[in-house]
Amino acid sequence: MALDQSFVGRTYPPTAPYEVGREKIREFAEAIGDANPAYTDPEAAKELGHPDVVAPPTFVFAITFKASAQVIEDPQLGLDYSRVVHGDQKFVYTRPVRAGDRLSVTSTIEEIKSLAGNDVLDIRGEVHDETGEHVVTAFTKLVSRAPEEA
Amino acid sequence: MTAKIAYDEVEVGTELPAQAFPVTRATLVQYAGASGDFNPIHWNEKFAVEVGLPDVIAHGMFTMAEAIRVVTDWTGDPAAVVEYGVRFTKPVVVPNDGTGAVIEVSAKVAAKLDDGLVRVDLTATSEGRKVLGMSRAVVRLA
Repeated sequence: MALDQSFVGRTYPPTAPYEVGREKIREFAEAIGDANPAYTDPEAAKELGHPDVVAPPTFVFAITFKASAQVIEDPQLGLDYSRVVHGDQKFVYTRPVRAGDRLSVTSTIEEIKSLAGNDVLDIRGEVHDETGEHVVTAFTKLVSRAPEEA
Repeated sequence: MTAKIAYDEVEVGTELPAQAFPVTRATLVQYAGASGDFNPIHWNEKFAVEVGLPDVIAHGMFTMAEAIRVVTDWTGDPAAVVEYGVRFTKPVVVPNDGTGAVIEVSAKVAAKLDDGLVRVDLTATSEGRKVLGMSRAVVRLA
């Protein structure tokens, strides 16, 4: 069933802050096999002009995707998450995420489309730090595949 | 922000050093833990097949994370990446055979923009198939 177009433009309340830890960044960098010292060595990060270690560019997705659960699990929207696949992902950065950040995400439904029976949902997640400064915006396109005809 | 590549050094068509990133089942388990994405299609072959996949597949976000390493290794400073987007076109299938799969990533400067920015277009393939589409980064050079 097509999703309700009236949800386009709906913004959900900002999430409780996620505190970014040095060791969480290290764990993520190790998981992607990336030895860039800016992710693990505060001195190396400082030499590049950062106050502490920074996170790899896609690290923030774990935070924005968790935040988008508000949208995905909104019973009024009625998305069938068991049929959802990740279509597109984009990040627009003001600065890299770094250790010590306390990040809050505000999710907005940007667009709802129906393509060949598939529901296509665009969610924008604006990520701000504890001072209210913008850090990064995540654009996530989810596709809910049409159920096969019985 | 201190990229080690200068804007004036590059032109449209400049190729970044290509890289190949191996991915095994162990890689996916480690990535699941680090990212918090425990979807069983990324570690449970029985489940993956039941939902119509050929086998366990890599997290799309894992592939996205690997592809941008071609850019961040080039610039040195990860903060050089000011914009990065991809489309997940085909899954990276990861067999349980001890060797797994390989994601091959190449990239080139596609446009020189204002303010020291360039657009880099990335190509990521596995088993000869394109796994990312519309894969582009906007990068600030020195």
